[in-house]
Amino acid sequence: MRGCIPAATLVSVNAHRVLSRIKSGREPVRLATRVTAMDAIILQILNGLDKGGAYALIALGLTLVFGTLGVVNFAHGALFMLGAFCAVTFNKLLTLEKVTVDPTQLTPWGTPAEIKTSLVEAWLGEFGKVLVNYSVPVSIIAAIPVMLIIGIVMERGLIRHFYKRPHADQILVTFGLAIVIQEIIKHFYGANPIPQAAPAAFSGTAQVGMLLGMGDAIPYPWWRLIYLFFSLAVIGLVFAFLQFTTYGMVVRAGMRDRETVGLLGIDIERRFTVVFGIAAVVAGLAGVMYTPVLPPDYHMGMDFLVLSFVVVVVGGMGSLGGAVAAGFLLGILQSFASMNEIKSIIPGIDQIIIYLVAVVILLTMPRGLMGRKGVMED
Amino acid sequence: MSKLIINRRGLLKAGAVGGLALSTPMHFIRGAYAADQSCNMPTGANVVFGFNVPLSGPYADEGADELKAYQLAVKHLNGEGDGGMLSTFSSKALKGNGILGKKVTFVSGDTQTKADAARDSAKRMIEKEKAIMITGGSSSAEAVAVQSLCQDMGVIFMSCLTHSNDTTGKDKKRYGFRHFFNAYMSGVALGPVLAEAYGKDRKAYHLTADYTWGWTQEESMKKSTEAQGWKTVNAVRTPLGAGDFSQYLTPVLSSGADVLILNHYGKDMVNSLTQAVQFGMRQKQVGGKNFEIVVPLFSELMAQGAGEAIKGIYGTANWDWKLDNAGTKAFVKSFGKEYGTPPSQAAQTAYAQAILYADACERAGTFFAPAVIKALEDFQFDGLGNGKTLYRGSDHQCFKDVLVVQGKEKPKDKFDLLEVKKIVPAKDVTYDPAIFGGDLGPADAKTCG
Repeated sequence: MRGCIPAATLVSVNAHRVLSRIKSGREPVRLATRVTAMDAIILQILNGLDKGGAYALIALGLTLVFGTLGVVNFAHGALFMLGAFCAVTFNKLLTLEKVTVDPTQLTPWGTPAEIKTSLVEAWLGEFGKVLVNYSVPVSIIAAIPVMLIIGIVMERGLIRHFYKRPHADQILVTFGLAIVIQEIIKHFYGANPIPQAAPAAFSGTAQVGMLLGMGDAIPYPWWRLIYLFFSLAVIGLVFAFLQFTTYGMVVRAGMRDRETVGLLGIDIERRFTVVFGIAAVVAGLAGVMYTPVLPPDYHMGMDFLVLSFVVVVVGGMGSLGGAVAAGFLLGILQSFASMNEIKSIIPGIDQIIIYLVAVVILLTMPRGLMGRKGVMED
Repeated sequence: MSKLIINRRGLLKAGAVGGLALSTPMHFIRGAYAADQSCNMPTGANVVFGFNVPLSGPYADEGADELKAYQLAVKHLNGEGDGGMLSTFSSKALKGNGILGKKVTFVSGDTQTKADAARDSAKRMIEKEKAIMITGGSSSAEAVAVQSLCQDMGVIFMSCLTHSNDTTGKDKKRYGFRHFFNAYMSGVALGPVLAEAYGKDRKAYHLTADYTWGWTQEESMKKSTEAQGWKTVNAVRTPLGAGDFSQYLTPVLSSGADVLILNHYGKDMVNSLTQAVQFGMRQKQVGGKNFEIVVPLFSELMAQGAGEAIKGIYGTANWDWKLDNAGTKAFVKSFGKEYGTPPSQAAQTAYAQAILYADACERAGTFFAPAVIKALEDFQFDGLGNGKTLYRGSDHQCFKDVLVVQGKEKPKDKFDLLEVKKIVPAKDVTYDPAIFGGDLGPADAKTCG
């Protein structure tokens, strides 16, 4: 009897049925859905949270670097892009092909055709196929040490020479560094976006409405939901590291009073170098996981950088909590401002909302949402 | 006081001399233009072409492909290599010994896919490097800006990738020539194919890049689909380079539309299409009809960026390397041997424009810009890959067949992503130039400004 089955179970069963139809790959599976105004609002909230997750992760790294080293790092967007290209490189390695020339077949321009066979699949069989399918999440394992090394090398090799220089010098040198990194990536990977597929199991849409008991009208890409939870997890881990470990405690103390911590015999510079590395890892992981959402290209870091700086300023310079809160807040506001109902009242609002909010907040709260006294205040 | 006496003998003599002068073949008198001077006419043994292509910025790969094609064209003009499409080109004025006996050399500049940078780069090539002709570019904003500069300086501009109606419409210039097709032609070619494939009772939702090309593309698609009985539910402008289009895509789901038309090009097209597919739009049904996505302008290089998402999507193209005609085969062979890949449509247009300019100089018998313009206006040709083509004199727009293409379900490799579904004849996409207004302006010779 239907009445005996709890509603939540029914929803879950229905959701499972729909999802299994999608995942089974039986084409075409077409879903007839009718999205209401409430559903549209929920969709925009999800969009905002998803976008905000990326902003928050980048802004978190920026704030970490600024809070510890006092450096305004304009190359941080490039670290996000480098993370994305870790995923691209890992995928390219997994899809390396053995090329043999077949003289019996000719190309349209008359030269012998090249026959390509996948090396990984030839060596590892079915496991190789699974590895290629999951290349984006698996590349996290490779991206963590790579980004840590890149971060440490960047700090030791360049940034540390600019600690005592004016912020304008820091901005110029890090901006220049970002352009150099961009051009290197463009040289090796070209200018066009390189698509990275999410694992087949997560490439469809989740019926969020069903999961929330609201019908089947709120389809949302699985990978974007995963990205949202991933960003929350990374943010949680960074906060836990700073809050609950001795290392983190020393770093926090150094952020408050660097000289006193140094007088206690702690090599705070080395710890800050590691923090720079961690900030690079956070930006890199944000980039790795964002590749199925936005096909990476050499310029993607710059696209996020300016917005992320606005997020940091709105959140409050040097405030980690502020950066995260502002990231999600601005992401959601940007999504809502793009709704046709809002744009019909204020045309073009979607393109200026973030900067408008930044102006209002800085006029009413000059230190940002959660800024600390004395940071960037001479 | 002398008297003018006209007798029978004098009249006969004058008539004979006049008749002889009038009947003299043109090649004896065309040197008369030699006295005329226009900007950067060559004085030495070389003539300099200016290739203004995006070597950085989002369309750098297309710019690189354009530059490869231009370099190949220069080789062929100078008699090197296999001659490419010179052997199939209907005009036989070019002999493979440069142009009018002068060797073709070139300079190049980076437009950075930005209108102001494109203009600066073209100006430098004209003023400092003495380029006689400028060609290239990969956006309509660039083309319109450079075309205007060239009109002011008296240098012919052979545009490359520009699809906005404005380039040869309201912003047309006497010194500007476009070989590529335009948004109007895309709409006219695509409308009936879409109606046939998806039916006449459809509701379309447009997402449009917010600049000159996007606006004209949207207008053209609206007209052509509405003429087929479709309704336009909404048309939303998106900022250029938005990256994440999720906030523009989700309202589509609640709009009641059953077709999404993406008036995006390049990186925007890659991102919006990929994300629309991720939002399940290709698994969606509205009112019992399958939801469909349309991308009016395709680019092979960008299709590679969209990956799997391109499969089954309808669009239009100016040219495809798999076309079965002599010009295409010759070009693919030549380009493939030189660079190891088939050429993109950007490369084909670039190559054709360089050859067409050179041919016009040769036919005019001079580099004098007003004479070359005259030679290009209303010039009919064949053998450059697009079939019979007309360079219409009234707006400097080429009229040729337009391809309706569809993303292949099972491509053999990354160069085999698009399938030609229909070749719409040139006569079906020809229109009255008055509908877009504009004024070509004067053809007066100028000495670089």
